Amino acid sequence: MANPLKCDLCAKPATVHLTQIVNSKIHKVDLCEACAQAKGVTDPSGFSLADLLLKASLNPEPAGDTKCESCGFTAQDFKKTGRFGCPACYGHFSGLLEPMLDTMHKGSAHTGKIPQRALARKSLYERLTQLETELDQAIKAERYEDAARYRDEISQVRSTTGRKAGAKHED
Amino acid sequence: MKINELIESHSELTDTAASKSAVVLMTRIRLARNLAAQPFPGWAKDAQKREIRDQCMQAVAALPQMKRGLAIPVESLNELQKQILVERHLISRELCHAKSGSGIVISKDQSCVVMVNEEDHLRIQVLRAGFQFKKVWAAINQLDTDLEEHMDYAFSPKLGYLSACPTNLGTGIRASAMMHLPALVISSQMEKVVRAVNQLGMAVRGLFGEGSDASGSIFQISNQTTLGESEEGIIKHLHGVLTTIVDQELNAREKLLETDPNKLFDKIGRAFGILQNGYLLNSGEAMNLLSLIRLGIDLGIFADAQRAVVDRLFIECQPGHVQHAAKGAFEPTQRDVLRAGRLRAEFAKVTAPDFSNAAK
Repeated sequence: MANPLKCDLCAKPATVHLTQIVNSKIHKVDLCEACAQAKGVTDPSGFSLADLLLKASLNPEPAGDTKCESCGFTAQDFKKTGRFGCPACYGHFSGLLEPMLDTMHKGSAHTGKIPQRALARKSLYERLTQLETELDQAIKAERYEDAARYRDEISQVRSTTGRKAGAKHED
Repeated sequence: MKINELIESHSELTDTAASKSAVVLMTRIRLARNLAAQPFPGWAKDAQKREIRDQCMQAVAALPQMKRGLAIPVESLNELQKQILVERHLISRELCHAKSGSGIVISKDQSCVVMVNEEDHLRIQVLRAGFQFKKVWAAINQLDTDLEEHMDYAFSPKLGYLSACPTNLGTGIRASAMMHLPALVISSQMEKVVRAVNQLGMAVRGLFGEGSDASGSIFQISNQTTLGESEEGIIKHLHGVLTTIVDQELNAREKLLETDPNKLFDKIGRAFGILQNGYLLNSGEAMNLLSLIRLGIDLGIFADAQRAVVDRLFIECQPGHVQHAAKGAFEPTQRDVLRAGRLRAEFAKVTAPDFSNAAK
């Protein structure tokens, strides 16, 4: 064999290859004989691939020293508490989280309520910031026609958001 | 409103006229929400936490639903006051143990509560007596939408509302019903029901949530998964399961009346005797006796008007309420005397059971 499969747990050559279907999803593992024994793979009644995968993914080694850049929360912290540090952790630890979602929930994508007003506010605010940057650049580059267009657009966006968004932005 | 005023005033659960519902005592929905770009309460530094609390409490207290309600930091409540709020199902035990930087906002009628910096920045909750998912969802959905006007929630289009614990991810919803299931308990069918409910992806807990016992044959049944299904879908699914459990309970009652009415009447009659004459009653025993009286009311053995009294006593015979009524801190054995005294006084006014009315 040109490329012998390695054990998912200890990197020795794998001799046990297992495929299991849980919740209509295929999970595959390759294990060496010792690990297969230790994990009870040889006992078909008492073995769940999902558990093994979950534990393997929770193992700090593959996750390494990943740290949430926003709040400094680590994968070990998550392993200890089962909670995240901040909303941005969901992005940083998505590799850790995703395999868990299937067993935890009905699906892995949100299909419920959306905070329409907050999102609309956010997108307008972002649009405003973008337009202002473009306005600055246009002025610097002495593209006055563009600048006038950006200025008009900005006042238009402000008038639709009302005073609230305007006040939020330095006015 | 001050905390003592709130404790003394009528609450949704202790003084509700709508308590005509057999089996389902209370409907409750909570939503977990967090602020965008802020660390979750369990990870935030103390100063950050206080800042988040002030921001949240201000926004929540300004809602029309919270007009003339109570907004208070947790650390300014004493142990007894916190216990009373737990016993009324308004706040969680976890919030009581929160060190600092947590807060509570409660509406005047005590049907809407927002816990600030519990596990999440915001735990919005609406509860009503009876089986009322439609009303409760409408109320909490409105409250959440109103709040969103003033706060930027942590939200991801793919994962939904982001919560401290991934088990609440997505909708952040927990819908639950408090059910009185004495016949299923008496006929030893509860274990089977719990297993079936668990298999359907729902959780069964005791009266006071996780880890509490099921004294008084009262159980809380709620959804467990929050992602991959809409709020309406989750509620509909739960509602269907609960309706089936109600039917099971009513069937079990009929069966008990058919097969061994004497045994059932004996239990109810003895419960009435002990409540009228007992001198030492701990809260577990009191709950179980009250549960039998409530079953008696449902069967027509006692007057219908007594149901609201029993529902109130379920809460008022809890340790915090007993001590509050006696205006002091008391040891458990002293509380048992006080509780029995209170129940004797209540049940002296109740007309004796009329067993001939049952099963009609």
